[in-house]
Amino acid sequence: MAETGNPKFLRPVTTADADVGQAMTFDKPLTLDCGKTLSPLTVAYMTYGTLNATRSNAVLICHALTMDQFVASAHPVTGKPGWWEDMVGPGKPIDTDRFFVICANVLGGCMGTTGPAAINPATGRPYGLDFPVVTIRDMVRAQAMLLDALGIEKILCVIGGSMGGMQVLQWAVSYPDRVVSAVPIACAARHSAQNIAFHEVGRQAIMADPDWKGGTYQLHGTQPAKGLAVARMAAHITYLSEVALQQKFGRNLQGREQISFGFGPDFQIESYLRHQGMSFVDRFDANSYLYITRAMDYFDLAAEHGGKLADAFSGVRTRFCIISFTSDWLFPTAENKRTAHALNASAATVSFVEIKSDRGHDAFLLDEPEMYATVHGFLNSVATSAGL
Amino acid sequence: MSAALRPDLAAIAEMIPAGARVLDVGCGDGALLEHLAATKKVDGRGLELSQQNVNACVARGLAVMQGDADTDLGDYPAGAFDVAILSQTIQATFAPRDVLNQLLRIGRRTVISLPNFGHWKVRLSLAVHGRMPRTQALGFSWYDTPNIHLCTIADFVSLAKESGAGIERALAMDASGRSRPMRAEAWGPNLFADGAIFLLRGKMTGGASSPPAVTTYEAPRSSSALA
Repeated sequence: MAETGNPKFLRPVTTADADVGQAMTFDKPLTLDCGKTLSPLTVAYMTYGTLNATRSNAVLICHALTMDQFVASAHPVTGKPGWWEDMVGPGKPIDTDRFFVICANVLGGCMGTTGPAAINPATGRPYGLDFPVVTIRDMVRAQAMLLDALGIEKILCVIGGSMGGMQVLQWAVSYPDRVVSAVPIACAARHSAQNIAFHEVGRQAIMADPDWKGGTYQLHGTQPAKGLAVARMAAHITYLSEVALQQKFGRNLQGREQISFGFGPDFQIESYLRHQGMSFVDRFDANSYLYITRAMDYFDLAAEHGGKLADAFSGVRTRFCIISFTSDWLFPTAENKRTAHALNASAATVSFVEIKSDRGHDAFLLDEPEMYATVHGFLNSVATSAGL
Repeated sequence: MSAALRPDLAAIAEMIPAGARVLDVGCGDGALLEHLAATKKVDGRGLELSQQNVNACVARGLAVMQGDADTDLGDYPAGAFDVAILSQTIQATFAPRDVLNQLLRIGRRTVISLPNFGHWKVRLSLAVHGRMPRTQALGFSWYDTPNIHLCTIADFVSLAKESGAGIERALAMDASGRSRPMRAEAWGPNLFADGAIFLLRGKMTGGASSPPAVTTYEAPRSSSALA
């Protein structure tokens, strides 16, 4: 049975009155794709809005690699605003006056859901690398357990960007009868070779840090901060675009009149990336980063269907709205369109929108009015045909 | 629901059998698809270049892909639709013959509407002024017009034949979009009609391997030359 309680975070909560959300712990073992089982399993989550009497207004948000359940409320560790506050709230495109919004920290994460930093019941010590390798489908299984426990059978819409979009696609394939509509944003039905390559660079940076200690750093009271920061710096470049970087930083120097003939942060872009790397280690767990990037690498919806993506979607009744951004080179329009074409070929109902933006992959997290208009229009039409 | 449908779209809608699988290429804001879904229970899909128009379609609950007729039609399987519609768009495509061939491949039937550059006012305008004509329907200068491949009704009929399409119905349109049956090869419509709508038999139709038709067409056999 499921037990509810407060989530436990790896880092201390900074704001005393922060909404830390809830956590549900399941004793029933979760069988994973790798063949191992996980028990107990805790899923930490946030909800916004109110579930209606017919339990038909649930919207599930799936978060990206380094995000968490704090979609539309202050992050209890960093104190920063929710990562999708312009998208989710009263009167916003995902209107919390109308919908019951749920977002759970992913399996393997470090914001309260069971991950490599959790205590392994077999040893009484943090899992570290003894944590089983999880997949996107395992993440979705854990979310399904949460929704079962919350008494939500049908989900009006599953929506998310990047790795969140992968979960959206997996939801529609794993639970076709539960998902009324789906909005996969800036994602793909498989991780590309280039994207696996970038992840590998990040993981190698973490594992090359002597403080990583084979993944047992928690026992030593350390963390591979330098390795994790480098991983974040490399990844962060892939979230932006050349145009955006050039416009924002150009060759501007940081706090100096001329180049230093040294290796300090001469350029603003260097200083910016260092800051991104350093602030990341204050809120994220290095082992979680290894596990979650691996889950993305392993994602290939067509793999079980002889490589035919359309077959993965056969029998799916979900209404889809796929969104991509012109300058996104991590999950380019072509990959998003490939998913749309596969859905078309399987006779699913799919719309596809490509939004003009020079802000790269990160555009899905930023103020993009056309994305808000698309999501608002789509959700409204889905809700209206569902009688809401 | 939508207000009055534009008359030329209403004429197209009249050609679509109930319950058909329809692809509207260049579907604009989705007015025709919405009308077809509401009145004929069609399973409609759209392809549209403009992102704002796609948003409008999505908000109407339609399934529309943002894309380009010139490049994206190859992604649809052969015979995937009962009817493929191309309304007032062929003259704006980069390769009209390729687009037509794709439509004939994808749709068992194809409906195409187009402006007629053979209209007497256009001919007269060119003859008298010696400048590229600007008409009420096509009010662009030659250097900034999106209509890069204008044709006459006779031109299109000849292309349709060359592409192996059978013309099942042909309608002549006046300036307000009202239509009446015409004989496709007659000289009259090519001189007096502002535009035309054709119902073509696709390449997938009639072959041994083609799937059964959803509905048979009852093509009216009226044959006045723009009566």
